[in-house]
Amino acid sequence: MSPPVLDVVDLTTEFALRGGGAARAVDGVSFSLARGEIVGLVGESGSGKSVTGFSLMGLIDPPGRVAGGSVRLNGAELAGMDAEGLRARRGREIAMIFQDPVATLNPLLTVGAQMRMALAAHARTPRRAADDRCAAALARVGIPAARDRLAAYPHEFSGGMRQRVAIAIALLHAPSVVIADEPTTALDVSVQAQILVEMRALAAETGLSLIWISHDLAVVSGFASRILVMYAGRVVEQGPAEAVLRAPRHPYTRGLIDSLPAAAKPGEPLRQIPGGAPSLGALPPGCAFAPRCPRAAGACRAAPPVETREGARAWRCLFPLEAGA
Amino acid sequence: MSAPSTPLALFWADFRENRVALAALAMVALIALAAIFAPLIAPQNPYDLATLSLMDARRPPGFVGSGGYVHLLGTDPQGRDLVSAILYGLRISIQIGVAAGAVALTLGATLGVAAAYLGGRLEALIMRAVDLQLSFPPILLALVLSALLGQGRLQLIAALVAAQYAYFARTAYGAASAERRKDYVEAALATPLSGRRVVFRHLLPNCAPPLIVVATVQIANAISLEATLSFLGLGLPVNEPSLGMLIANGFPYMMSGRSWISVYPGVALIVLIVAINLVGDQVRDQFNPRLRR
Amino acid sequence: MLGFVIQRLIQAAAVMAVMSVIVFVGVYAVGNPVDIVIPPDATQDVREEAIRRLGLDLPLWRQYFLFVGGVLQGDFGRSFIYNEPVLSLIAGRAPATIELVLISVLCATVIGVSLGVYAGYRPHAPLARAIMALSVLGFSVPTFWVGLILILTFAVSLGWLPAGGRGETVLILGVRWSFPTLDGLAHIALPALNLALFKMAMMIRLARSGVREIMLTDTIRFARAAGISEATILRRHVLKLIAAPIITVFGLELGSTLAFAVVTETIFSWPGMGKLIIDSITLLDRPVMVAYLILTALLFVTINLLVDLAYAAIDPRVRSGEAR
Repeated sequence: MSPPVLDVVDLTTEFALRGGGAARAVDGVSFSLARGEIVGLVGESGSGKSVTGFSLMGLIDPPGRVAGGSVRLNGAELAGMDAEGLRARRGREIAMIFQDPVATLNPLLTVGAQMRMALAAHARTPRRAADDRCAAALARVGIPAARDRLAAYPHEFSGGMRQRVAIAIALLHAPSVVIADEPTTALDVSVQAQILVEMRALAAETGLSLIWISHDLAVVSGFASRILVMYAGRVVEQGPAEAVLRAPRHPYTRGLIDSLPAAAKPGEPLRQIPGGAPSLGALPPGCAFAPRCPRAAGACRAAPPVETREGARAWRCLFPLEAGA
Repeated sequence: MSAPSTPLALFWADFRENRVALAALAMVALIALAAIFAPLIAPQNPYDLATLSLMDARRPPGFVGSGGYVHLLGTDPQGRDLVSAILYGLRISIQIGVAAGAVALTLGATLGVAAAYLGGRLEALIMRAVDLQLSFPPILLALVLSALLGQGRLQLIAALVAAQYAYFARTAYGAASAERRKDYVEAALATPLSGRRVVFRHLLPNCAPPLIVVATVQIANAISLEATLSFLGLGLPVNEPSLGMLIANGFPYMMSGRSWISVYPGVALIVLIVAINLVGDQVRDQFNPRLRR
Repeated sequence: MLGFVIQRLIQAAAVMAVMSVIVFVGVYAVGNPVDIVIPPDATQDVREEAIRRLGLDLPLWRQYFLFVGGVLQGDFGRSFIYNEPVLSLIAGRAPATIELVLISVLCATVIGVSLGVYAGYRPHAPLARAIMALSVLGFSVPTFWVGLILILTFAVSLGWLPAGGRGETVLILGVRWSFPTLDGLAHIALPALNLALFKMAMMIRLARSGVREIMLTDTIRFARAAGISEATILRRHVLKLIAAPIITVFGLELGSTLAFAVVTETIFSWPGMGKLIIDSITLLDRPVMVAYLILTALLFVTINLLVDLAYAAIDPRVRSGEAR
């Protein structure tokens, strides 16, 4: 097997709290990403999935900071790298797309101007050649009459088309990793499905690796080959998508699957996980999920469970669900 | 909003964390107390012409005058003790600033909430007028009005109110109309006999935070405007000099090195205005949800 | 775009019509100008003659239309005090005020925006805190007091700069200007600084809060994620995004600076329109007051119009009529 494109070990990101102390938004996250692989990063809002994405990009602003761990991108260690080194890799080797395309594009600049800016960040290109490359990038994500649309402003595009523009910008330099932070949540369901299909085709075609962040297990389930489930800053379960969905080992993953609308029989109320996500500033000493967990026992409240590995799967739980349950 | 003291206590707890704002608040309180009790603290009644002696005029700080006491900050061109004159001047400044602010707040909030609540043509008319006025600098309005109305406290307050009410109206309108458009207010209005309730329970409380912020700024502005008008000779009558007029009176003597007559009243004025603005800044930051951690 | 311009022009004309009525009625409602044009011991005949001559015996609405008729022909009447056509009186004073206001607003904008952008970009840096302290001070301290301190410091104590007058002037296009000569510049420095400080404080606050909010948006995160350098982000994204509010405030402040020039001109004996209006207010010189106010209103309306047009030039969404 070829070496992973991205190898993350024990990534930890903290936010300094007013009055001293720090909240761990990302706590010991480890995973690796193979070439062309699509990984789904799933969790409730506040579980640390977006912060994980920003940590990988080196885009954590004070009072936050990456406090520890290692991130190797194409063999190069990003932890401790200087700002210019990180900048030179952002957009060229690792890129990111965001949730709301209305907010990501600058409303006052033409799409072409914004694309040329992204192009110029890593390659000096004459104007005509730059326009050619930008138009080609737009055409590849399915924007018709791409050459003419370079002169258009973002508000002249529909929501789905705007997100395609953002994707085109992210793919401009053919990065090896793209982090997609809920990029379809703000879109219509039909547009959402289209974009998912196209992204998967692009990944298969170009060998691009994707980290797809979502709060929606349903979106990720049919799309990613592997799933990481985050809870309170920790990856509580990871493994091949099919196996995790069929036989989750962590009670939290079970809860997520059960609360999917498809899991409920018609006429029955949807199930939900009791309680709410804990505040990162005040995590319980043991397993962060214990207060909401039906299987929790005294030991769960003593110390956070360590990771158990079994083949391609891993989980953090003292009392995991049975493999066949 | 269940326990009325809780939001206030929370607000205060947040406020206390900014030491600069806390010091500024203490300073405002101190100045206000000094102004209120000026007749008790001041060594002299600066408005009682009988106690003034031209023999004492324009004396530097530390001079012992005919009254037999030390003029800590010197005397003005009419022989007033500057400490007394400043204390009484602050009294006038605060009176006028607060009075103008309160009237402008009432008038502006009424107009703004009325426009938002009534809607239709009246809304368009009121807000057009307010916007038109907002495009003109308040100092120009105050200048012309105080010139036209003549000298005197009431006239001055009227001029300041006319120059400032539009800011309150715009603020109240913004908050009230945003609330007015919310579904629960629409629903409440659909039931009979609830108009008054909607105005007093929903619209006005939602206007309060931005209005409080504008009020602190506008009181500081009113004080500054009053001083400016008095400096230009358009404010209060000459026999009761406010801070602005004390500064104006000292201006001609500045070139000859007798700068204390203008400088000390000015320092008092600035300390007051800066302190109010610092308090206002903190209050605004606390009310701004976007800047909250 | 043309429809937009025509629509704004009609609005501007309507505003001017309303303003002229308000100013005219407002100024004429108070005070009796007859008393200042005739000696206090004048006979009843002289008095009535003066009333007739000034047209004060006519009903207010007729006075107004006579006035508007004159204005449309460029006649604002004659000053009671100087016995000179008001328009030429104002035109003679205008250049001094215009150069003072323009220089101070330009300085305030350039310096204020630079400092504000820095303070918004690095909000926790010590220099940013110093800038903000400066702006609170500049915002709070009344203009006239700053003027006094400037005179006390630079003119009286240090003796570096003159405290009043326009200094040496140069005739350009038939108008006298101070700024091209060294002596003129020395004379304009203190009043311009005086006038600029408040605006600068305002620009600092505006630019700072604008930059702070912009830096938190996804637009900036996305640009960073694309590897665009901080310098380019500041230059291309941030400056473009704060330009619209800055231009609005620049326009509005141009007008309010004109009003504050009244104070500054009084302190620095700057022979501009501000001193003229203060004198005419204290002497109840109605024609000058009315003309000054109407011309100021016209200026404001023009500036607002230009600001709207500039806005449309910056923001494509306004151009295409989409709500902002």
